[in-house]
Amino acid sequence: MTGTAQLQTYDFAGGEYNFAYLDEQTKRMIRRAILKGIAIPGYQVPFASREMPMPYGWGTGGVQVTASILGKDDCLKMIDQGSDDTTNAVSLRGFFEKTAGVRTTYETSEATIVQTRHRIPEKPLREDQIIVFQVPIPEPLRFLEPRETETRKMHALEDYGLMHVKLYEDIAKNGHIATTYAYPVKVNGRYVMDPSPTPKFDNPKIDRMAALQLYGAGREKRIYAIPPYTDVKSLDFEDYPFEVQKFDMPCGLCGAENVYLDEVILDDKGGRMFVCSDSDYCEERRAEGHTGPMAADPAAVHIGGGKQEETDR
Amino acid sequence: MPAAAETMPQNATQNSALAPGFQDPVHDAQDCFRAIMNAMARPGTLHGVRTSELTPPAPLTPAGAAAALTLFDYDTPVWLDRTLMASDEVKGFLRFHTGAPIVSEPVEAAFALVADPLQLISLASFNQGSAEYPDTSTTVILLKQDFGDGDKVTLEGPGIEKSAQFAPKPVPPTFWDQVIANNRQFPRGVDLIFAGSAEIAALPRSTHVTLPES
Ligand SMILES: [Zn+2]
Repeated sequence: MTGTAQLQTYDFAGGEYNFAYLDEQTKRMIRRAILKGIAIPGYQVPFASREMPMPYGWGTGGVQVTASILGKDDCLKMIDQGSDDTTNAVSLRGFFEKTAGVRTTYETSEATIVQTRHRIPEKPLREDQIIVFQVPIPEPLRFLEPRETETRKMHALEDYGLMHVKLYEDIAKNGHIATTYAYPVKVNGRYVMDPSPTPKFDNPKIDRMAALQLYGAGREKRIYAIPPYTDVKSLDFEDYPFEVQKFDMPCGLCGAENVYLDEVILDDKGGRMFVCSDSDYCEERRAEGHTGPMAADPAAVHIGGGKQEETDR
Repeated sequence: MPAAAETMPQNATQNSALAPGFQDPVHDAQDCFRAIMNAMARPGTLHGVRTSELTPPAPLTPAGAAAALTLFDYDTPVWLDRTLMASDEVKGFLRFHTGAPIVSEPVEAAFALVADPLQLISLASFNQGSAEYPDTSTTVILLKQDFGDGDKVTLEGPGIEKSAQFAPKPVPPTFWDQVIANNRQFPRGVDLIFAGSAEIAALPRSTHVTLPES
C-alpha cells in the first residue's frame, strides 16, 4: 500500500481540527444514516461520504462512522486482519488519538468501540460494545449486476435468485461453496448483506451478536447496520448447508483451537507455523499460561508483538 | 401592511428571549446521539440524556430540544404538531439553532415533533419511504412521555434478545394498532422516538409489537 507515506505527512496535532476530524454537519448527516441503518437491518443507507485525509481502501467509511459515534470517554481498539500493529491499524489509531484524544487499547475487553478491517475478535463482544467494519464493496449483488438501479430493485423485491444461482454454480464447479471471504448473509430474514471482507469463519459471530454492528463504505457511500441479537443467516442450500471453516491444528503459540489462524514464515528454509490471527487473544492466552506446540521454538519467540503503540495510562 | 406587522413582533421575540442551545455543542450532541442510537438499537430500553441546561420554549421539552439539536439541520424538513406550530418561540428556537425548514405537510417531513401525543395524527400520514429507498421515511418524535405507566405491550425483533415490555404514555387510542400496521409494511415505515423528561426510548419499524391479552 502506497498510502502510508501520504497518511503520515498529515499533522493532526493540537486543536486545528474538529473533534474526531469531521465537522458537526457531516457527523449529523452520518448519524441520521446510522439510525436508519439500525432501523432497517442489513439495508444499505446512502450517505454523502466526505474526503478523508487518507486514501480509499484505508477504511474511510469505517473512519467516518467511528468519528460520528465517538465520544471523549470512549476507548478505541483498531484492528487490521486480526492484529493491532499492522500499518493500517497503527495509522488509524494514531488518527483518532490525535484528532479526538481518546484512549486506545489492544485489549478487546477494554474497548468500547472496535474498528476492524477483516476480523471479528475471538473473544465474544458485549452489549456495551460497538463494532465498526470498514467495507470496500457493500453491495453483495454487485458482481452479478453492475447497475445500482437494478440491485436496488432486487433488494426491494427481495429477489435474490441470482445470488443463489451464483452460489449453486460454485457448488457445481467445486463440490462446495468456495467463497471464503465476504460470504453473503441474510439479515433478519429480509436483506441479503455483505459482511465486508470478513472471512466466512467469522460469519457465525455476526449472528445474534450482543454488540451493535455498524458497517461503513467510504468510496461506495453506504452505511448499514445489524442491531444486537439480530438473526443473521449465511446463505446456503438444504443439501449444501453452510459449513464453518475449520483449521486442522491449534495455534502454534497458545494452543487455541477453533480460532482463525494465519500462516507465519519462520525462516528461509521453509519453516512455518500457524498462529492466532487475533493477536490480542493469543497474547492473553499465553499470559494465562496456555502454550502451543511451537511455543518453545526459538524461531517463534519474536512472533506475537508488544504493546508499545497503546496509549499510556 | 399586514406582512410587516406580522414579522415585527417575531423578530422582537427572537432577539430578546431566545433560549440557548447546547452548552457544549460538539460533546452534548455526541452524548445525546449515543443515547438515541442505543435506544434505536435496543427497542423499548431507556437511555438518559443530559437536559439540565436546556430551557426551550414550551411546549417543546428539554429532551425534545436535545433530540432536535442533535438530529435536525438544513437538510431535514421538520413537521410540528398543532401545539408546537402555534408557538412562534418554538419555531424561532428550532430555526435559529438547527436551520431546519418547517413544513406543513407531514409527508414531506424527515422528522416530526409531537408535543401533544394524544392528538397525534395517523402514522400513515407521514412519509413511509419507498420500497427502494425505505430510509427516506419520517422519524416521529413523541414528547412528554412517561415510561412504565401506559398500556404494556410486548416487543420482539432486532435489538431484543428474547422479548421486552414497553409501556409509554400518553399515546393516542389506536396507537399500537398503527405501530403493528407500520411493522407489517417493513422495510417501509416510520421510526418512533419517545422523549421523556430525561430519558429517551425508541421503536424502529423493525420491532414486532404484541398487545396484552384482554
Ligand atoms: Zn494463539
